[in-house]
Amino acid sequence: MSATTVEVIRQHLIDPEICIRCNTCEETCPVDAVTHDARNYVVDVGKCTGCNECISPCPTGAIDNWRQVAKKDAYTLEAQFSWDSLPAQREIDADSEAELPTDVARITALATAGQGGTAAAPWSAAHPYVNLYTIEKPAIATVTGNHRLTGDGASSDIRHIVLDFGGTSFPVLEGQTIGIVPPGHDASGRPHHVRLYSVASPREGERPRYNNLALTVKRVTEDHDGKPVTGVASNYLCDLPKGAEVIVVGPYGTTFLMPNHPGSTLLMVCTGTGSAPMRAMTERRRRRIAQKESGDLMLFFGARSPDELPYFGPLTKLPQEFIDVNFAFSRVADTPKQYVQDRIRARAADVARLVADANSYIFVCGLKDMEEGVDRAFRDACGAHGIDWDARLPELRAQGRYHVETY
Amino acid sequence: MSIDYSEKIPNNVDLASNKTLQRALEKWQPEFQNWWAETGPEGTRGTDVYLRTAVSVEPKGWAHFDYVKMQDYRWGIFLAPAEPGRKVNFGAHKGESAWQDVPGEYRANLRRLIVTQGDTEPASVEQQRRLGLTCPSLYDLRNLFQVNVEEGRHLWAMVYLLHAHFGRDGREEAEALLQRRSGDADNPRILGAFNEPTPDWLSFFMFTFFTDRDGKYQLCSLAESGFDPLARTCRFMLTEEAHHMFVGESGIGRIVQRTCEAMVAGKTDDVAQLRAQGVIDLPTIQRYLNFHFSVTMDLFGSDVSSNAATFYTSGLKGRFDETKIDDDHLLSGATYPVLEIHDNRLATAQAPALNALNEKLRDDFIRDAAAGIERWNKIIEKHGIPFRLKAPHKAFHRRIGPLAAAQIAPDGTVVSPAEWAANADRWLPSTDDQAFVASLMGRVVEPGKFANWIAPPSRGVDNKPADFEYVRFA
Repeated sequence: MSATTVEVIRQHLIDPEICIRCNTCEETCPVDAVTHDARNYVVDVGKCTGCNECISPCPTGAIDNWRQVAKKDAYTLEAQFSWDSLPAQREIDADSEAELPTDVARITALATAGQGGTAAAPWSAAHPYVNLYTIEKPAIATVTGNHRLTGDGASSDIRHIVLDFGGTSFPVLEGQTIGIVPPGHDASGRPHHVRLYSVASPREGERPRYNNLALTVKRVTEDHDGKPVTGVASNYLCDLPKGAEVIVVGPYGTTFLMPNHPGSTLLMVCTGTGSAPMRAMTERRRRRIAQKESGDLMLFFGARSPDELPYFGPLTKLPQEFIDVNFAFSRVADTPKQYVQDRIRARAADVARLVADANSYIFVCGLKDMEEGVDRAFRDACGAHGIDWDARLPELRAQGRYHVETY
Repeated sequence: MSIDYSEKIPNNVDLASNKTLQRALEKWQPEFQNWWAETGPEGTRGTDVYLRTAVSVEPKGWAHFDYVKMQDYRWGIFLAPAEPGRKVNFGAHKGESAWQDVPGEYRANLRRLIVTQGDTEPASVEQQRRLGLTCPSLYDLRNLFQVNVEEGRHLWAMVYLLHAHFGRDGREEAEALLQRRSGDADNPRILGAFNEPTPDWLSFFMFTFFTDRDGKYQLCSLAESGFDPLARTCRFMLTEEAHHMFVGESGIGRIVQRTCEAMVAGKTDDVAQLRAQGVIDLPTIQRYLNFHFSVTMDLFGSDVSSNAATFYTSGLKGRFDETKIDDDHLLSGATYPVLEIHDNRLATAQAPALNALNEKLRDDFIRDAAAGIERWNKIIEKHGIPFRLKAPHKAFHRRIGPLAAAQIAPDGTVVSPAEWAANADRWLPSTDDQAFVASLMGRVVEPGKFANWIAPPSRGVDNKPADFEYVRFA
């Protein structure tokens, strides 16, 4: 395994459309990295140390813009002087997917088994960067937030953890995963395996334009069969105080990615912490509501009870015209058990309509157990409306419209 | 009353150990609070506003964001960090060490400069007092309040100089700053533009774009002063002044954006049709621009001024970017072009550069303002609309200086009183324009909602989303 072949940096840029040329940044910069001509204020990539001294004094926010670029292709001062607006984030060839860590390859193969092998990414997905940081050359992130998402009475402890990458470039897309390496060694003296977690925040960060991301982590206290066990990585993460440093590798994932074209529709099915990528995608769309580009969002979300649903509160506050949320609770007193597959069947007409719509994309994420039930529910829902699910599935996969990640 | 000086009044002037200053402020501070309650933003008692407070002069310290009740805002006293070994950089004292105390012979002139600058700060708060009642969104309301508290802080900055360096005269001037009132017939503010009403948000954005930009240029000139405390105070004030110009530039930009959207959607440039849709037509925006530009032109003072020459030669007020200019910094024998009227036409004459310093600062301002206007034009261009906003000629609609005697059209042509009267409504906001703009001013305070005549901002304050609750009402 080798380190990434392209050195990616986070280049600091000023948005010429918002900047009012007040000179505050140039005055503030301790290393004279900011300069200007008659047209624009610009940042010298060779001088900027990413100290952020200029960020809060800027009266407009124009100063707070960053682009991931290959170091060799960083924008020059001349290029920046010529801009009327900021360039879009461009693609970088981080040509290293073949060298995924064995742990990561193993987990990924298992997790995507449910979709019947490798699926394509949606055609309008953004280009993902993968494997920029390896076990030999990991990134270090700092915990800037760690709070419990589940209710006080809930039996599970699911937490929202925010990691900040400081000056390190760590670009991710919704649906991608990152690897966490718990410190120390296992009982037999070997370093711990990498654990993968789906990113729960949109690409521009948990807090827009901050170099951070969020994870949804459930404290593991029992194994799949209900036997007591202490999950090494999850307990490590759930107990991390603010300010703690974490070893991170990745990012990973080139197919479980959201479509970006206007009018594209998301059908999301998840349970428990499988909600992380759904939260990332939903939040991406929510922050862009003003652009009015999103097609329908439909979510099936299962848990034992409302208390155990991560992000339950925020989800119930989203307007119905933005997202069609369907909860399924399996352990609510005096109420029949409901699973996501029951809700899918109950909404068969809408589900079948989305499966038939070439602009809709299906994402399933959660525990391994749900795969079969969800598959059957799709088959029933489609069958009831004249669609042969088994015949349709290979087509959906080939078009990058059906994605499963379970664990 | 007793004040915990470091907590209540954030400062870097060692207020805690300066008894003289404490005594002066103990008297003045309650008067300031009364003035704020009487003439500050209307109906804001108990309202929580997401404001930026300067808590120190380090880059991270002067942008501390939090919800604050307006009357509890911590108006602080800050001087930019001292520059070791700083010199007087222009005029007769060029090369001497910068003064830390007021030189006796310049005391009256220096006080006059500080009072004139200081008077504009409370004036604009008074002018903007009622705007909160017609805000187009919570985002804009918050920006208005931020501008208001910063103008308040700028008043504090000037009052600090008066208290710390001018003894009894200074204390009396500081009190008078709280007694004059914008637009008051008997006791008006010193400068004309600061007695004009700011009746609507289009005027407010134009004011912050043009008139606060005059503030920027005045502060930049004073930041070159040989009197070091004044230079350092103004240097720090500039960082806040930039925010005011941002409010103006982005405010007009968003109005233009909204109008262009309506023009494209309706495939029309028909004024009546656009007005019927509740957006502000571009010609009306141009007329407001003409008015605020011309009123601001007057703020720079008379084109040829012996006072300006005196302030410069004595090292009290420099030029914009003085230390970056490559000349003798004495202006001996240099000339500068000024405008005169000859045979009913504008003509250029050469005046001694020392006497034409107001004119030079005015020209520096015009370059800066024109660049901002071009950025508005970019928005219009993007929509493919063949219309350009334009700064009027600097001689247009003047009331101060030799050009005030003539009637001059926006293109710089001298016109007869009859021609002026026939065209005034094409060049300046008419009663009809003002009534139309006033008719749009309704109050929008639902988070994330914006009045129909203005587009949402492209990003929120402190990276908050557009639907953030920037203001929470009691």
